[in-house]
Amino acid sequence: MAGLANVASSGGDTFPKILLHNAKVFGDRTAVREKDFGIWQSWTWAQVRDNIRDLSLGLKELGLQQGQKVAIVGSNRPRLYWSMVAAQAIGAVPVPVYADSVAEEMAYVLGHAEVTFAVVEDQEQVDKLLSMDSEVPTLKEIIYDETRGLRDYDHKHLHDFEGVQALGRKVLEKDPGAEKAWADGFAGGKGSDIAVMLYTSGTTGRPKGVMLSFDNLVISARNANAFDHLNEHEEVLAYLPMAWIGDHVFSLAQAFTAGYCVNCPESLDTVDVDRLEIAPTYFFAPPRVFESMLTSIMVRMEDAGKTKRRMFDYFMGVARRAGEKILNGESVSAKDRLLYRLGDFFVYGPLKNRMGLTRMKVGYTAGEAIGPEIFRFYRALGLNLKQLYGQTEASVYITLQPDGEIYGDTVGKPAPSVELKIAENGEVLYRSPGVFVGYYKNDEATRSTKTEEGWVHTGDAGFIADNGHLKIIDRAKDVGKLTDGSLFAPKYIENKLKFFPNIKEVVAFGDGRDRVGVFINIDLTAVGSWAERNNVNYASYQELAAHPQVYSMIQEHVDQVNRDLASEPMMAGAQIRRFLVLHKELDADDGELTRTQKVRRNFIAERYAPLIEALYDGSTSKHVRTEVTFEDGRVGAIEATVEIRDMPAHDASGLQEAAE
Amino acid sequence: MNAMMTSEDMPQAESRAMEREDLLRVDNVSLSFGGVKAITDISFDIKKGEIRAIIGPNGAGKTSMLNVINGFYHPQVGTITWQGQVRRKMKPYEAASQGIARTFQNVALFKGMTTLDNIMSGRSLKMRKNFFSQMLWYGPARDEEIAHRKKVEEIIDFLEIQAIRKTPVGRLPYGLQKRVELGRALAMEPDLLLLDEPMAGMNLEEKADMSRFILDVNQEFGTTIALIEHDMGVVMDLSDRVVVLDYGKKIADGPPEEVQASQAVIDAYLGVSH
Repeated sequence: MAGLANVASSGGDTFPKILLHNAKVFGDRTAVREKDFGIWQSWTWAQVRDNIRDLSLGLKELGLQQGQKVAIVGSNRPRLYWSMVAAQAIGAVPVPVYADSVAEEMAYVLGHAEVTFAVVEDQEQVDKLLSMDSEVPTLKEIIYDETRGLRDYDHKHLHDFEGVQALGRKVLEKDPGAEKAWADGFAGGKGSDIAVMLYTSGTTGRPKGVMLSFDNLVISARNANAFDHLNEHEEVLAYLPMAWIGDHVFSLAQAFTAGYCVNCPESLDTVDVDRLEIAPTYFFAPPRVFESMLTSIMVRMEDAGKTKRRMFDYFMGVARRAGEKILNGESVSAKDRLLYRLGDFFVYGPLKNRMGLTRMKVGYTAGEAIGPEIFRFYRALGLNLKQLYGQTEASVYITLQPDGEIYGDTVGKPAPSVELKIAENGEVLYRSPGVFVGYYKNDEATRSTKTEEGWVHTGDAGFIADNGHLKIIDRAKDVGKLTDGSLFAPKYIENKLKFFPNIKEVVAFGDGRDRVGVFINIDLTAVGSWAERNNVNYASYQELAAHPQVYSMIQEHVDQVNRDLASEPMMAGAQIRRFLVLHKELDADDGELTRTQKVRRNFIAERYAPLIEALYDGSTSKHVRTEVTFEDGRVGAIEATVEIRDMPAHDASGLQEAAE
Repeated sequence: MNAMMTSEDMPQAESRAMEREDLLRVDNVSLSFGGVKAITDISFDIKKGEIRAIIGPNGAGKTSMLNVINGFYHPQVGTITWQGQVRRKMKPYEAASQGIARTFQNVALFKGMTTLDNIMSGRSLKMRKNFFSQMLWYGPARDEEIAHRKKVEEIIDFLEIQAIRKTPVGRLPYGLQKRVELGRALAMEPDLLLLDEPMAGMNLEEKADMSRFILDVNQEFGTTIALIEHDMGVVMDLSDRVVVLDYGKKIADGPPEEVQASQAVIDAYLGVSH
């Protein structure tokens, strides 16, 4: 731990100090690019320093003081990144905010943070801020980047970005010592000072302001750079929200500490083209980005000519067989190695080029589980795509997959200098140099999240597998126990089932009971098309759901999941012993799902109490009557007799135990 | 992106503050096709820097009026005064070179060409170098093209269509095609921009976007705009003054609130028992 933390002690400990260092060492290297008017405009580290200095002095002229908060609102733009460091140089704290959040939510965050200044992208954001006059009484000055549409606004407290910089330059002209005074101002800054405040989106309750110190960010960033051997030659694309810790670390903290170049896309819609032009060497994307890239490739392959398609299919077969092994440095037959080379020339190379990933050294995905098929596809092409597990409170890094140790279902080993432990209830705790200082104006939440010894509760339940990798199974508060003491993670089981296209929604029960029972919702599109292909007639969803052949099909899926669960020592105790297929689709209109399509477990447990009873009393069928709300608001009822089936459990070797 | 806001780009910005002068005057104009009278004895003016709407029920003669303004039709009776000079009969391209650009009710773009090329075509009247040096793409011709491309890129940035820069317009949804068409008209850097139903066939969001662009064009470039539109909400919000036509005659003229209250206009739109 100490060894890697030492990396951080070389060079400055705050971003303004690192900026001056970089301007000296990498002076002529490109630090930032932004595509504008169709051309990549670039700035060197020396130019970035001058820009930040001018802005910083300008902000000071406008009255920004140490300790005050500066809101940063907009999409990824060099000037907004500069604003953060310019504020830090004065001792102010930047508070990046999600630009697409609605005015009400933004008003809460800005009001809570008591921001006095705001640097925003354009008119849209200016309008939003002006509309929250009463909620954010502390806000004094607004600085905007894009002047368009703002000409006729009252400019008493509204400033053009360039105008503020000009103000700073004027100070420099008048007083030759101003530059030194500016640098001296932050020379005394400490690593323990608050660097930034990031508000977590917070699925429950109000967003919380996570305070991160320079030490948190700088040490974590340096560790990550060392872990993946990143240096000043990297290129990254800054396209994820600036208010998100990931972007803050990848596009600012790591860029400053490694000295690499950050590229800002022309607009959000051009990211795909911009990535192709830049070909980033270090790339982060949430699973959905990788998913949509793969989908668009597959769709285009469908339209391709026969020869091309056959070539694609053949070489993708080779890649699946040998690609990942080659990437992991395992042994592969000479023939496959040769074929893989050929494939690289004909298929993989052009594909990677299309996606703009030709130069990618390391790629990460995180945020949610990535489909194993998708993950394997990219790895098979020879792309070093890995998973990580992180949090705002940890300055991103908790665990990382080291090169050559990639397992689809785990999130990797503890990142450098990170300690992990698993609590009694299965919750994952960590301690690291990146652990946040606290939540802003919310000591109670800080105390309940961070222990006095510095351990942080992630809220996720997981365990460390035999190979030393962390595996996340569910939200800690959802994890329960069966009466025999075995761990019951509903989301884990549900996700395994939902992985089958025929299954749309699953609700698992078992906490405090003797065995696991599940409700299953079939996917009408998938099962309907199956029925069509197999001459199964049905008149309604209800009829299809109750069809014996459908039941058999679902039974096979459940059995497959049980087999998977049996092979995992932690999970083997919680195999599915009873299941039923629900007679109606779970629907947000009936309150069974949230508007974002998440299952409302408690509501369902109440509404379908007779069915849950039937799951556990051994009966094989149950007649139910359920009220439903139609789209036009009328209320009706549907009645059905639902069949319940027993499932055998498997032991670790995959053999079936006798059903009870 | 801030380059586009320099003062030289908006020669009329200051004049907006002053007493507005006439950019175009239509005096007692009548137009007929054979026996069909499209426009009868209409007079109105368009002042520099304003947004002027021409509205009316179907067949009121709005598009004909627009065609008269841009010189495509020449009225049998009456005069058109453009920037203080009575206009003689001329060809549409002459009208274009006089500083009037327009978009069409039905999108009229080169479907097979990219967005960039379509907008670039709006610059063709401003290309000065001869065919040969352009073909060789040498020296002054190249500098000229780069300068034009820069202007086009500013427009692309302004209209936020960077993502479709290289997409053939035939593949674009209707709302975007309309935006490209506006871009091509803007590329001519016109003094007067005629928009024939810029919102037709658009959904609410596209309309909101288009309204924003129209206002921004007017504000940032100081371009005078005359538009025909059926969406009353849009017309009332956007325009400084409205002229209302019905059966080829002018029935009202004035600020939106005034026109909205006019009994003649209400009758024309809602119908009246005779």
